[in-house]
Amino acid sequence: MFAEFGYGILVLSFVVAIYSVIASAIGVRNRSASLIESARRAMLLTFPLITISAASLIYLLVNNHFEVTFVYEVTSQSMPTYLKITAWWGGQAGSLVFWSWLMAAFASAVTLRKWERDFEFLPWVIVVSSVTLAFFLGLVVFFENPFLRFWENPAGQLLTDAAGQPITSVFAPLNGTIPFLPADGQGLNPLLRHPGMIIHPPMLYLGFVSFVIPYAFAIAALVTGRTDDRWIRLTRRWTLWAWLFLSFGLVLGGRWAYDVLGWGGYWGWDPVEIAAFMPWLTGTAFLHSVMIQEKRGLLKHWNMILVILTYALVIFGTFLTRSGVLSSVHAFAQSAIGPLFFAFIGLTFITSIALLIWRWPELRGETEMKSMLSREALFLFNNLLFMSILVVCFWGVIFPLISELFTGQKVTVGPPFYERATSPLFAALMFLMGVAPLSAWGHSTIQTLGRALWKSALAALIVTAILLAIYTQNAIALIAFFLIAFVLFVTLQEFWRATRARQKTQNENFFTALARLTGRNRRRYGGYIIHISMMLMAIGILGIELFQKETQGTLSQGEGLNLSGYTITYRELASWDDEGEGVNYTRAVVDVYENGVYLGELNPRIDFYFDSQQNMTIPGQRSTFKDDLYILLVNWQPVSSIGATFKIYVNPLVNWLWIGSLLFLLGVIVAAWPDKDLESEPARVPKGSRQTSAAD
Amino acid sequence: MQKFFFGSTLALLLIAFSSGLVLAQEPTPSDDEVNAIAKQLYCPVCENTPLDVCPTEACRQWRELIRQQLNDGWTEDQIKQYFVENYGARVLAEPPRQGLNWLVYLLPPLIILTGAYILLRSMREWTSPKSIPTDSDGKGATTPKPKDEYVNRLEEELKKRK
Repeated sequence: MFAEFGYGILVLSFVVAIYSVIASAIGVRNRSASLIESARRAMLLTFPLITISAASLIYLLVNNHFEVTFVYEVTSQSMPTYLKITAWWGGQAGSLVFWSWLMAAFASAVTLRKWERDFEFLPWVIVVSSVTLAFFLGLVVFFENPFLRFWENPAGQLLTDAAGQPITSVFAPLNGTIPFLPADGQGLNPLLRHPGMIIHPPMLYLGFVSFVIPYAFAIAALVTGRTDDRWIRLTRRWTLWAWLFLSFGLVLGGRWAYDVLGWGGYWGWDPVEIAAFMPWLTGTAFLHSVMIQEKRGLLKHWNMILVILTYALVIFGTFLTRSGVLSSVHAFAQSAIGPLFFAFIGLTFITSIALLIWRWPELRGETEMKSMLSREALFLFNNLLFMSILVVCFWGVIFPLISELFTGQKVTVGPPFYERATSPLFAALMFLMGVAPLSAWGHSTIQTLGRALWKSALAALIVTAILLAIYTQNAIALIAFFLIAFVLFVTLQEFWRATRARQKTQNENFFTALARLTGRNRRRYGGYIIHISMMLMAIGILGIELFQKETQGTLSQGEGLNLSGYTITYRELASWDDEGEGVNYTRAVVDVYENGVYLGELNPRIDFYFDSQQNMTIPGQRSTFKDDLYILLVNWQPVSSIGATFKIYVNPLVNWLWIGSLLFLLGVIVAAWPDKDLESEPARVPKGSRQTSAAD
Repeated sequence: MQKFFFGSTLALLLIAFSSGLVLAQEPTPSDDEVNAIAKQLYCPVCENTPLDVCPTEACRQWRELIRQQLNDGWTEDQIKQYFVENYGARVLAEPPRQGLNWLVYLLPPLIILTGAYILLRSMREWTSPKSIPTDSDGKGATTPKPKDEYVNRLEEELKKRK
């Protein structure tokens, strides 16, 4: 009953989404406010509809309705209820419903805002959101239906086709057939049962979906010809939240990989990781370059291109993760929806670019760029670097497909390629991150910049010299540490100077001054907090990339293994079944010493899941600000004479990656926190005038 | 599970014995030497998983194969070559530099340099002297706007470096 109901509602929401597109378009053509209002209400209706459909799906998941193929594939009797719920996005069909549900939520939220001042945008925002929603709903309704069921004939035999594959459908395929209920499901992939993996996909999807909104406004601006900054001011907050979700999704994915995949790292330049990283790159470039349009009225074409690219990459990212076109550790799902995705990306991209070309003359800049060292010029270099990293990533992901297509040869484009190509680009970005905040809008010179920067540069040099003396002689590391220290000093100096100034003029204590300062100019100081957090993350990345140490050895009881001052000794190992959870645990106890001092025990283990017949390697970790000790149980012998094999990693400084990401969260929240008067910002500096101060 | 490890032990023992080795606590070559090479190779059956960390039984055996090859005196390059010949270029972390594969190395820098060129050229156009009062003889002239003079000089310098 719930399967038919859920599917019916899903079909209905698809029809409603299509209606909303058509009604909106006709409403504009016939200048019919009532038709547009009808389209808006239809848009609003999709959210409760998909919610009901999703609720049916969750009901089926939680209540072990294994006759439903999706439920059979992603759950099993032994899974706890919360995992059965989150299995909603643990498989292909369900995750597409999840995507649609989030899309409907965001589209509804945006249609609920006050539209009086921007009424001409409304129909087109509805069209773009509804077209996107209808596409995803269409995929679910026609190709990746989560409500399909197994069937049996009156004799109780599973219905199969000529090839022996089970026949699946929502409704009874033949008279007299009834749903076939398997005794148990296959269970969720154990890799997906980790808390990080439960939150990571929703975060990424939230990021993906919320980037559709700025795109919808951009297209609305192009179609209506209202090509001033209005669309940017309206979507600024959306863009920041989208960016927050996407960034946090990426970080959570990294943390999950670190905790669960058992290879001592957090990022493997896997195509599917890159798929989520690419819209982040264009999104980050967009966040910076919209500021140039807001302050100086420049780069209007470029901002359009960036938002169009971001949208295309969002759909492309979903396509890569969901179509199984690139098999990788993430691509658990395979399906036949690839060509449709491809057509959709192509169509939306070509239409968007055509619109942009049509409006090209109206998007001319209002002023001219005056100096290669002005803040807007540096922002442009920043954009060039982000685009360069995008080119490397895109080509690296695409090339294996091209190679396979033209030569039949499968190749791997792995970490060495990306690391070599992107590290100088990241270094240049860091340099800009240090210089740009001190350059002025409109006009800067070497002299003004030099005066502003020399103290920070000197301090960074001193730090680098100290590091050279006590920590490392690695030239790449020293350059990177110099850049990190430089950015940190510049940014902290910015906080310091402004806070001191405020302290003097407002007679406040330091912390009040700091808090008020940040509160008064959230985007600026939120941005600085993000810069600081990025540098903390860079410290962690450098530590693990350049200084990671590893060793592996087979130990019998009481024996030890040394690495970077740590000694681990193998004490004992136990293996037991947890029937309720459906897992066999094998857990080792190792004692950890650092330079002879006992630090405690760690418990690397291997979990074996009966339902999916899969292993999970859970590291024993000891985390400090200095380094992480990360121990994996690789293998063991039931007869203890041979003992167990351990792999140990020492990952220096990696904790700063996670600390940085928490600070990052704070920075984005500061920057994106709603202001009362955000949409009525003061107009930018008048044409032709010049600012010599960096303080805005 | 038990079967799994029994199988792997058997395989390990078989390989060890067939090469005349007695399985010792610290096998020669060591795990670290094996991993150093396995790290540079990708699992031939599961995509995008480096061989040194791949948990499958097949990869365990491949790592043992590397150990045996090292023991037989093979060099790192010979071992890599063996894997490429048997399982294709996809076992390497990067496409070998030959034929069509050059595209993967050449195209990104080409596009990036083109982008940089276009950006610099447009910037030079935007910042061209038409919007800034030019001073043909900057030297010695007492201009009221010393900063603009500096900008002009900088622009000229930049032009020379074209």
